Formats: sequence, structure tokens, C-alpha cells
Amino acid sequence: MSFVPHSPLEVKSMLDTIGVSSIDELFSDIPEDLKPKSFNIPEGKSEFEVIEYLKGLSFKNATSLINFLGAGFYDHYIPAAVDEISSRSEFYTAYTPYQPECSQGWLQSIYEYQTAVCQLTGMDVSNASLYDGGTALYEACMMAIRITGRNKIVMDSGVNMTYRAILYTYTSNLNIEFIETSVVHGQSSRREIYKHLDDKTAAVIVQNPNFFGAIDDHSDIVKEAHARGALLIQSVYPLALGILKTPSEMDCDIATGEGQSLGLPLSFGGPYLGFMATKREYLRKMPGRIVGKTVDKKNRAGYVLTLQTREQHIRRERATSNICSNEALCALRAVVYLSLIGKVGFKELAELNYQKSEFAKSVIDKIPGVEVKRSSPTFNEFTVLLPKNADEVVSKMVAKGYASGFPLGRFYKGMDDYLLIAVTEKRSKEEIVKLAESLEAVLCD
Amino acid sequence: MRLIFQKSIEGRRGFKIPKKDSPLDTPFPKEYRREEDAELPQVSELDVVRHYSNLSRMNFSVDTNFYPLGSCTMKYNPKFTEKIARLPGFAELHPLIPQLLGGGLLAQGSLEVIYRTEELLSEITGMSAFTTQPMAGAHGELTGVMITAAYHKFCGNRRKYIVIPDSSHGTNPASAAIAGYEVVVVPTDEQGCMDIDKFKEYLNEDLAGVMLTCPNTLGLFNPKIKEITDLAHKVGALMYYDGANLNAIIGKARPGDLGFDILHLNLHKSFSTPHGGGGPGSGPVGVREELVKFLPIPRVAKRKDGSFALDYEHSDSIGYIAPFYGNFSVLLKAYAYMVYLGKSGLIDVSEKAVLNANYIRVKLKDYFNIPYDRVCMHEFVLSAQEQAECGVRAIDIAKYLIDNGIHPPTVYFPLIVKEAMMIEPTETESMETLDNFIDVMIEAARLSKEDPQRLHRAPENMPVGRLDETKAARDLNLRWQKA
Repeated sequence: MSFVPHSPLEVKSMLDTIGVSSIDELFSDIPEDLKPKSFNIPEGKSEFEVIEYLKGLSFKNATSLINFLGAGFYDHYIPAAVDEISSRSEFYTAYTPYQPECSQGWLQSIYEYQTAVCQLTGMDVSNASLYDGGTALYEACMMAIRITGRNKIVMDSGVNMTYRAILYTYTSNLNIEFIETSVVHGQSSRREIYKHLDDKTAAVIVQNPNFFGAIDDHSDIVKEAHARGALLIQSVYPLALGILKTPSEMDCDIATGEGQSLGLPLSFGGPYLGFMATKREYLRKMPGRIVGKTVDKKNRAGYVLTLQTREQHIRRERATSNICSNEALCALRAVVYLSLIGKVGFKELAELNYQKSEFAKSVIDKIPGVEVKRSSPTFNEFTVLLPKNADEVVSKMVAKGYASGFPLGRFYKGMDDYLLIAVTEKRSKEEIVKLAESLEAVLCD
Repeated sequence: MRLIFQKSIEGRRGFKIPKKDSPLDTPFPKEYRREEDAELPQVSELDVVRHYSNLSRMNFSVDTNFYPLGSCTMKYNPKFTEKIARLPGFAELHPLIPQLLGGGLLAQGSLEVIYRTEELLSEITGMSAFTTQPMAGAHGELTGVMITAAYHKFCGNRRKYIVIPDSSHGTNPASAAIAGYEVVVVPTDEQGCMDIDKFKEYLNEDLAGVMLTCPNTLGLFNPKIKEITDLAHKVGALMYYDGANLNAIIGKARPGDLGFDILHLNLHKSFSTPHGGGGPGSGPVGVREELVKFLPIPRVAKRKDGSFALDYEHSDSIGYIAPFYGNFSVLLKAYAYMVYLGKSGLIDVSEKAVLNANYIRVKLKDYFNIPYDRVCMHEFVLSAQEQAECGVRAIDIAKYLIDNGIHPPTVYFPLIVKEAMMIEPTETESMETLDNFIDVMIEAARLSKEDPQRLHRAPENMPVGRLDETKAARDLNLRWQKA
């Protein structure tokens, strides 16, 4: 069984129509000596057996830990209606909306998603989404290089390590100079950034909140970058934008980020959602699909994929990006999520994340020998200095039922005793208090 | 339909935020606060559900319509795989969980899924190893070209250019260019395959690789494929296989046996994960033995005790091309599909896909010009050139199909066929569906002579008619704004 409908009689009649005597004849272009040297695949199973088998595997994952682990990917609540809508097969079994007349539902949804991204970031225009936050940052970097005709990038080391790694891989064969600047007291080092800003700099890349959870106002860096003819790219945590100063308020040129926090499951790393928004003047340099509004001959409003001449299927080797897909279904989840949470809810939700995390700071700060880093304000994630190696502490906390945070020594040299703790709206007061108690117990061991 | 933003009523709520349960009240620092709230909709849950349910009904989809869309393999997406992807043990797993304890002990289930998927894909394609990181087909191509560059660097010379046939997907040249290579285009011969004599002109020390789709975008399997791969290998170049058309040859031929060194697959095509209106996809990359060391990190390894671990110890690796392990839930669905089908099921797929395509080809050849009219694989390309003489173009026929509830084939691609319509029925469609499509196409051919206006007016039965794309690009309106 492989979901094929053909009865043996139908097969025979189709072969007669084609004028061949067997299916094998249809494959006669494949020379005998090129037939598979092996095709060692187990025989199939029934639906029930496959589900049971994979259920068994799913039980081998530790998903019952109480989650204080973030580091760019967060355990937020997803309203049931988000799953419900994205499970409608008219959405999920549809193709890319290249044929607008039979894809208006998708096109309008993406137009609404683009609008929502603009509302969050304050930017003028958004594309229809990219693979993930890291890819979005890379594409923004290439876009800045195209706009300025320069090839030097100054990047704050408070940018998620995962993204920086992706950026270096993607650009390894290209002539681009990267300079990484330090984080000082939790925030971007102005002194270092300004030192490296020159007439070769295409862009400065910062992140808000940064990897350590610290929030910042990059307006002064933006001014300085613009004075040197460089662009400012800011990678943001969209949920924080419920209360946090927007990239647009700081006059950033391109905003990117990971949309996972907007109604997407963690799902072991994907699929996620890279968003990108920019100023109107740069929109023609923006990669990826874009939906625009127009009219038909009877003047009825409708939506189409527009500016396709930038894209690979038209422009081939001269395209602005090789990307073909966007993450449509993930973008749909995000816009449904944002519509449900709504204008007031979105702000309240960000406040709640902030308040809970501030409460967690106050409780954890009381543990003897533990220091919560308070040199700069944070949104819902913060750095803690432990009296012991964070790796060891974290693995002992697993035994107590907690994913207690991200051991920073994994990404940053010399930070072996630092732990990054995230607190979302899902963490109750009791869970936060118990986390602190368990942490104290583990540290006394 | 009005936008969800236009359905806003000041003060309306769609979701209850949990109450603050902590005793502290720390004000968020003013200097970091946004000036104005994000202008999101203010609507009820029913408003949202009804709005998007009604929008969904304005789409064609595989579950409601036939999609003979060349190169895209719009087959039926089984429902049980969706159920598996939603299992909390998979859906709720944080990607950094392996960083907390012994390199993956807390994620054994998901690591095993990745490992087994790579194992199956390697056997199906005749490769030595896979990475599941690439998040789409084009992303896989980019990864493959990067591996090509890393290999040549390792051998001491990066080389200059990549050869691509003129019938290729647009992503091939774009990926090669993004990775820093020059692109050389080789024309197609009269049999519909890459012109070998022209190809030979580029066989030299500067050739880094050749990117081919096999069967190609005309739906033809090149019987001389091994000759091409041997020629490329002779000058030290690598052969790249664009896996978009693998659905035609699963169990019938393996890219590895044909002499390909690197390939990407599109799990959303061959292995039936849904297209989702344009993503998420998944484009795992496979390589033969000599290239394994260049694959992205981390890789999933099996320990001696049978457990699975993330393995970062590959000094020659090109690095990270995704935040983690790829679009995991997409892989999971593809894996479930492969386990369900098994060996004979997979072979059945390619046989019926090829049978369906040839059935349509033979039944339409008296009505449309088929430039390369021989036994095809999973798809074929016809040309509406004869109809164009009456002023009816491929796009008009496409829009007429929409009026008849059929999603149009890929049109104007490959670029080498005038008024091209690229038809791929896939294996999951029944004879009566094919017959209906054939009838509608024959009717379109008749109308092109007798009533071309009917085709120019199409589609007439949809919420909108043909939209003004020139206006869309000129008077850009890319978002809603509050009046």
C-alpha cells in the first residue's frame, strides 16, 4: 500500500493505452547496468504499527522537564486555535501561491502576516518569511552588502552564537570581512563598534535582547553607523516587542528575527520562521517572496506574489538569493497567534514574561554564592554566576526534573560558571520558587 | 474579504492571558519601552477562526483539487504522519536539550529518528551519509555547492565554475552563484538531454562541478548519464544531483550508482510531507564516502552501546547551515511515510507515477505539440505553440483549468520549450481524475480554435479574475495601514 489507487485492471488498460506491455518497459531508458546495486529497505508496516513505533520513540525524549531553557528558542503557550487553523488541509496541502486566482486565501494570509511583522517591528515592509532567524540575519547581511557596495560587517558578540556560526558558514567562500565586538556589562561595546566603523563597513549587526537576555537601546550606534554610511541590522525577539522599543524607533535599517515564539512548537529545532522587515527605500533589495495587493479587470481587490524578478525562478544566477521556499505555514501560525493574542494581550503577555523573570531573579539572587548579573536590564532571560561549573549543575538539575537553563560555557570562553535562565508565561510562581530551592540543594551537594 | 486588521473592534479580546502570580511589581524601564503599542487586531477567538477558515476555502489544495504540477510532486499527504508530528514527545522538545546532559541522552527518540532517516535515504539514493540540516531544496543545493567548494579547497584548488544545463531549475544557478561560483550553461540536444559535445568543451581543470536533474525537467531519463558523470570525474569535477525528480526512479535507479557524488532530496516532494502553501520544506543532502567529512555539524552518531549522540568532531566540516538538525517535524513525517511504505511501497510509487504521466502524454499528443515525444518518466512537457497561433497561450489554458477545479501545471518552464506546460500527475491520482483532466485539456484545445475569448476570460468562477501583476509591482502595496 502506498496511497496509489490503481486496480490491476486499470493498470492493464492504461498500459494498453500507452502501447506498452509492462510497467518495466516504461523504464527502458535506464540501462540494465545502472539498476540499483542494492535496495535494502525493510517491508512496510500498517498505520497503527508506525504510530506505535514512533510513539515509543517519542517517549525516549525528555519533554516532561520543567523548562527554563531558552537561548533564542522559547517555551511559550500556543493557543489551541493556532493548531486548529494550521491543520486545515486547504492551507497545509496547498502549493506556493504562484496561481493567485486559486490561492487568494494563502496570499491574503501572507499579506496579513507581513502587516503583523511591520506592526511588531515598526518597519515599513516585510517579506513573506525565510527559513529561520539565522538565515534571515544572513540574508539581511547580504542585502546590506548589496545596498552599500561594501564588504565589512561589524557584529556584536551578543548576537546568538548559532546565528553567527550560520553566517560564517554561508559566507565562507565570499570576500566578506567580519569583526566581532565584545559585550560590556551585558550590552554592546560602543567603543569597539565605533573603532571598527569605517568607510568599508556595510553594516553593524546587533541583537535585542542579546544572547544574555540584556535589552539595549541601539539608537546611538545607529546614528554613528549612518554617519559612516553603514546600515544597522537588528535581530529581535518578537515577543519582547510587546513592550520593548522597536527597531524602527531606533531607526534601524533592517530588522530580522526568529518567529518561533509566535505560536510555533519547539519541535527540536524546526521548522521555524525567519522574519525580515526593512525601510521602504530598501524593499527592492529585500530577498524572498513578497505579497502585494492589486486588482483584477473588474477592479476587485486581490493579492499576488510580487517583485518576482528578484527571485531565482526568473533571474537564475543573478537572483538576490537562491531561496525558493518561504515558511508559509509557520508564518500563518504566527499571524493567527498574533490575531488571537491581540493588541492588548500582546503587551500584557510581554509584561508577564518580564515580571515573572524579575521575580525569578529576586528568588535566585537569595541563594548563597549565586549572583544574578544586573548590570543591564533584561526582558525574560538573564545570566547567573554560579559558585560551581554550570554544566555540572545543569546535569544535576535534570535529575530533579528541570531544564534549568543554558550553560554559557558551551558558547563563550571563560564563562563555564555562568548559566542563562529563561522564564516564560508558562512558569508558575511555585515552579520558580522550587527551581531556586533545587538549585540551592544542588549547589550544597 | 476584509483583512483581520479591518475586523478589529476597540476593546475586543480573543485570548485570556494568565494572571500574574508573583508578588513583585518591577516596572519595565521607561527608556526601553516602545512608544506605541503594536497595532494588532482586536478580535474574538471566533472572529479569528472564522476569518482564517473562510480564507482557507479560497485556496486550491491537494485535499480538494488535482495538482498536475511539474517538478513539484503534489502527491497526497497522508494524515497519520501529521498525527505523529504532533506527539508531545516530539513537538515539545527543545533543540538545546542535548546540551544539558551527556550529549543527547535526553533526546534519544529524536536523534534516533534523524539517524534512521539518514540511513534510509542513504540506501534509497546509494550514498554513504546524509545531513538533515538543509531546510529546503534550495538550501540543500547551497549546502551541496559549499561541500563541492570545501572538497576542491581541500584538494588544493577551489576551481572556477559550475556547469548547468539550460533545462535546470532556477535554484541551481542561483545556489552556485551564491556560493561564489561562475555559472556555465550547456544547451539541450534534440533528444532533450544535455548536449554532450557542448559539455565536453568545458571539461578542464577549472570545472568544479556539474548540477543535473535526473530525470531532467523534461521528464526524460538520460541513458548516457553515466558517460557524463565519468567525463566529469576524469577532470576531477564533482557531480551534483538535484533530487527534485527522484519520485520517478525510487527503487529503479540510485543517483549514487549513476555516478553522482552529492545530492539533495525534497522531502516535501518525494516523501510526501505537505507543501504548506510554500513551506516549510526539507532538503537533506547526501554524499559519497570521500565527502562525508565535509558535511555540516553536528552529525548524529550511533555509540557502541546502541545509543545516539551529537557528533561535532569533524574538523573539515563546512560548519553549521541551520540552527540545529533541520526541519525536524518535516523529517519525522517523511520518515514515518518511508516506514509505512517500505520497499515495495516505494517501488510502487515510482511505477505508478511514471504510468500516470505516460497515460496523460499519450492521450494528449493528438491535441498538443509534445516537443520530446518519447516514453517519459514522472512528468512531461507539452507546448501550447499551436494554440498560440490562434492567440491562446499556455497561461490562458492554465487559467481555464482553474475554472474547472484543476490547479494548472507549471507553465513557461523549462525555459527551452515555448509555451511550456509541465505536467506531473503523481502516483496517488486515479484514472478517473486523469481522464477528467485530459477531457478538460482537449476542451481547451477545441476552444482555442473555436472560442479563444472564453480562454482569455478565464478564470471566471473564482473569487477574483486575472490580477494586474504590473500594477502590483508598480504601485507597491505590501501591508495594511490604519487610515
